Amino acid sequence: MGNDLKSDTNTNRRQFLATSATAACGVVALFGLSGCTPDDGGAVLLRPPGAKGDFLGACIRCGQCVRACPHKTLKLVGLLQRGGTGSPHYEPRQIPCEMCADLPCIKACPTGALDPELTDVNKIKMGVAVLVDQENCLNYLGLRCGVCYRACPSIDKALTLDARHNSRSGKHTLFLPKVHSSHCTGCGKCEKSCVLPIAAIKVLPRSLAKGKLGEHYRLGWEEKAKKGKSLIPEALDLPDRMPEFTLPSLDEVKP
Amino acid sequence: MKYLLLRRLSQLTILTVFLLGPLAGVWIVQGSMAGSMTLDVLPLTDPLVFLQTVLTGHSPAATALAGGIIVLGFYLLVGGRVFCSWVCPINMINDGAGWIRQRTSIGDGSLGTTLRYWLLGFVSILAFTTGVTGWEDSNPVNIVSRSLVFLQWQVIWVILSLFIFGLLLKGGWCRICPTGALYSLLGYLSPLKVRSSNRETCDHCNACYQVCPEPQVLVTPLKNSAGSSPVILSGQCTNCGRCIDVCHKNIFKFGSRF
Repeated sequence: MGNDLKSDTNTNRRQFLATSATAACGVVALFGLSGCTPDDGGAVLLRPPGAKGDFLGACIRCGQCVRACPHKTLKLVGLLQRGGTGSPHYEPRQIPCEMCADLPCIKACPTGALDPELTDVNKIKMGVAVLVDQENCLNYLGLRCGVCYRACPSIDKALTLDARHNSRSGKHTLFLPKVHSSHCTGCGKCEKSCVLPIAAIKVLPRSLAKGKLGEHYRLGWEEKAKKGKSLIPEALDLPDRMPEFTLPSLDEVKP
Repeated sequence: MKYLLLRRLSQLTILTVFLLGPLAGVWIVQGSMAGSMTLDVLPLTDPLVFLQTVLTGHSPAATALAGGIIVLGFYLLVGGRVFCSWVCPINMINDGAGWIRQRTSIGDGSLGTTLRYWLLGFVSILAFTTGVTGWEDSNPVNIVSRSLVFLQWQVIWVILSLFIFGLLLKGGWCRICPTGALYSLLGYLSPLKVRSSNRETCDHCNACYQVCPEPQVLVTPLKNSAGSSPVILSGQCTNCGRCIDVCHKNIFKFGSRF
C-alpha cells in the first residue's frame, strides 16, 4: 500500500514536471513570438508630457495620468490595440493637449515614467506637427486658410507662415505653414483645428518625424552670426576687370 | 460559508471602491490595481509590474517604490496569496468556472503547480532583455482589473477566455499566474496561516481536497501526522479559508505559523 502510494507519487511527479516543462516552453514560445515587443511595435502613438524613450519600460500602466487629465485628452491604449495595452496616449485630432501649467498628468505618475523634472510646459516634447499633406493643405493651394497657424499656442514660434511666390497664378503669394520643431510641443491644436475632413497637418512622434543633420554639418550663416564674422578667411577679393581681349578677325585665323 | 462570503465581500468592496470614481464621481481611489493612490495619501503598486519595471533598468520614483513596499509589507503579514483569494477579481471568474467544472465532465486536465514559477522567471527575463514590461500586454490580472475600472468593454473577451481556461483546467489561470507566484514567495514567510489543529479527528471525507484551489498544500499538514507541522506552510496556500468552511469536523482554523 505504502509502495503503491510512493510509485504513484513518483509517476505523478514525473508527469507534472513533464507537463510543466512542456507548458512552460509553449508559453515562452507563444509570448516570445507575440507579446515581446521591444518598442512600440510600429504603432504610432503619442505619449503624455515627459514620456521618454524607455516609456514602456518605466510605465506600470496604472492609468493615474489618464484620470488626472482634466480635459480627457489622455486615454488608455485599448485591449486589442498595439503599443502597450493600458498605457496612456492621446489622439490630438480628437482631443488635443491643453498643456496645463501645473502638469497634473506628470504629478499623478507614481513611477517617474512621466519625467517629474519637466515643469515648463513650453519644454514639452510629446511629438512634432508635420504638414504631411501638402497637396491638400489649403494654404499650399493658394487659399488664405491658416487656421492651424492661428490655433497654435506658440504662434510665430512653433508655427509660422512663410511667404512664397505663387508660380501657378504668377501674381499671388502662398502662405506656407512651417513647423519649427524646437518650439513645437506636439499639443496638436493645429491638427485638431485643420478644416479639412482629414487633417493635412498631423502630430507625429518625434522619432518618426525628425531627420538628423550630419554631426559635422555647420550652417555657415549661423556660425557667422555667432562669431560676428566669417569663420574662414574672407575670399580674396581680386579687382574686377572687364574682358579686354577682342575676337580675332577671320583673316588672322585663316591658315 | 463564512470565509467564502467574507472573501466575496472583500473582492466586491475593493472593486466597488475603484469603480465609485468613474461611475459615481466619488474619487476615493485613483488608478487601477497596477498602481493606485487612495485619498491622495496611500500609494499602492502591484509588485509584479514593479519588479518588471525595475528589471527594465528604470528606477521608479518614490511614490511607486513606497506603494510597492506597502503592498509587500501588508501581504508579508497576512499571507502572500491573500491577494489572490481576497482581492484579485480573476478569483471570482476562476471560482465560477471551477464550480461548473467540478459538477460537469468538461475538463479534467491540470497544469503543474510549478509552472507559475517558470512563468515568473520568463516574465522577469522578458522585462530584463527587452527593456519593456512586455508581460503587461498579456497579464490578465492587471488587464482585467484595469479594464473594469476604466470601463473598457473588450474586457469581456478576456473574462470569457479566463472562464473557459478555468472550465478546462483544474485551478484555471490562478494555477499558473506569475503574479500569484510572486505573492506565494511572500507566503512562505508570512505568519498568518491555516492550521489543521485537530487533524487526528479527520475522517478522510475529502471535502477540503475537493474545495481547495491548491490541494497539494494540504497533504503534508493534514495526512502525514508523523512529526509534520499541522500548519499549512506552503506559500501556495491562498488563505482563502474554504477548508475551514467545509470541514465538518472543524479541523482547520486560522492561526499563527509558530
